[in-house]
Amino acid sequence: MVPTLKYKNTFPVEGGNFDNAGVISLQIKNIIRDMGFPDDIQRRAAIAIYESELNIISYARAGNINVRIAPHLICIDAADEGPGIEDIDRAMKDGYSTANDRIREMGFGAGMGLSNIKKCSDKFEIISETNKGTHLKILIDIN
Amino acid sequence: MTLISLVKTLNLTVRCCKEKLDCNVTGGYIGDLLSDVIANSDKGNVWITRQSHQNIVAVAELKEHAGIILVRGREPEEETLEKAVKAGIPILSTALPGFEVAGRIYELIKR
Ligand SMILES: Nc1ncnc2c1ncn2[C@@H]1O[C@H](COP(=O)(O)OP(=O)(O)OP(=O)(O)O)[C@@H](O)[C@H]1O
Ligand SMILES: [Mg+2]
Repeated sequence: MVPTLKYKNTFPVEGGNFDNAGVISLQIKNIIRDMGFPDDIQRRAAIAIYESELNIISYARAGNINVRIAPHLICIDAADEGPGIEDIDRAMKDGYSTANDRIREMGFGAGMGLSNIKKCSDKFEIISETNKGTHLKILIDIN
Repeated sequence: MTLISLVKTLNLTVRCCKEKLDCNVTGGYIGDLLSDVIANSDKGNVWITRQSHQNIVAVAELKEHAGIILVRGREPEEETLEKAVKAGIPILSTALPGFEVAGRIYELIKR
């Protein structure tokens, strides 16, 4: 059965542009808060979207973040066109990062983003093809 | 402990959002890695950091920090201040190193 959606939207993300990094996450967090979802759900969704957004900006050419909110579920799809992730298990390891100096100078590139997403989600899947792109599928249960 | 009393006791320079200093500080978090701060800091914390670029504001806003303290003489960049004013996140600065700032705040909050 398909649950009725309370909200859905797709946000474009431009690779390499850090100027407005975090805006999508903030916008969704406010929407989730206004819908009356608990603090913990707001926090988890915000972190998952923030890290997805930053990875597209840091590594890909362009991407989209699609957010769907149902009464009992938040569904986040972050898909990009970019280099893809060659070794997903290695990328998931805390501390592994290929971030360049410019990114590291800003305090990104700790190699924590993907594992933060995993900790915040009830279901997390990475689909990636080298030289094509990456698709993160994130589910957060609300109950 | 309110942010304003923290500002006074540590003699911090208020770089923006003077009108937002009477909020309650729940604790602090010290770090320059944004993913670490996003994951581990809490609502109402003061964030002690040496990062001064504009991306710190979204992190503080997302985590609902009471404010950001730039240490060791770091000053916010122009875009950082613009964004902080819009978001209503106070930015404070000091010449003190992070270790000392954290230690003193810890003592103050513990009481
Ligand atoms: N969308 C993506 N496209 C290509 N490579 C990616 C993508 N997302 C992550 N990666 C690769 O996986 C690594 C680990 O990502 P993760 O988000 O965990 O850490 P990070 O981005 O390096 O640092 P942090 O997120 O802590 O700032 C990245 O350094 C990069 O090599
Ligand atoms: Mg990352």
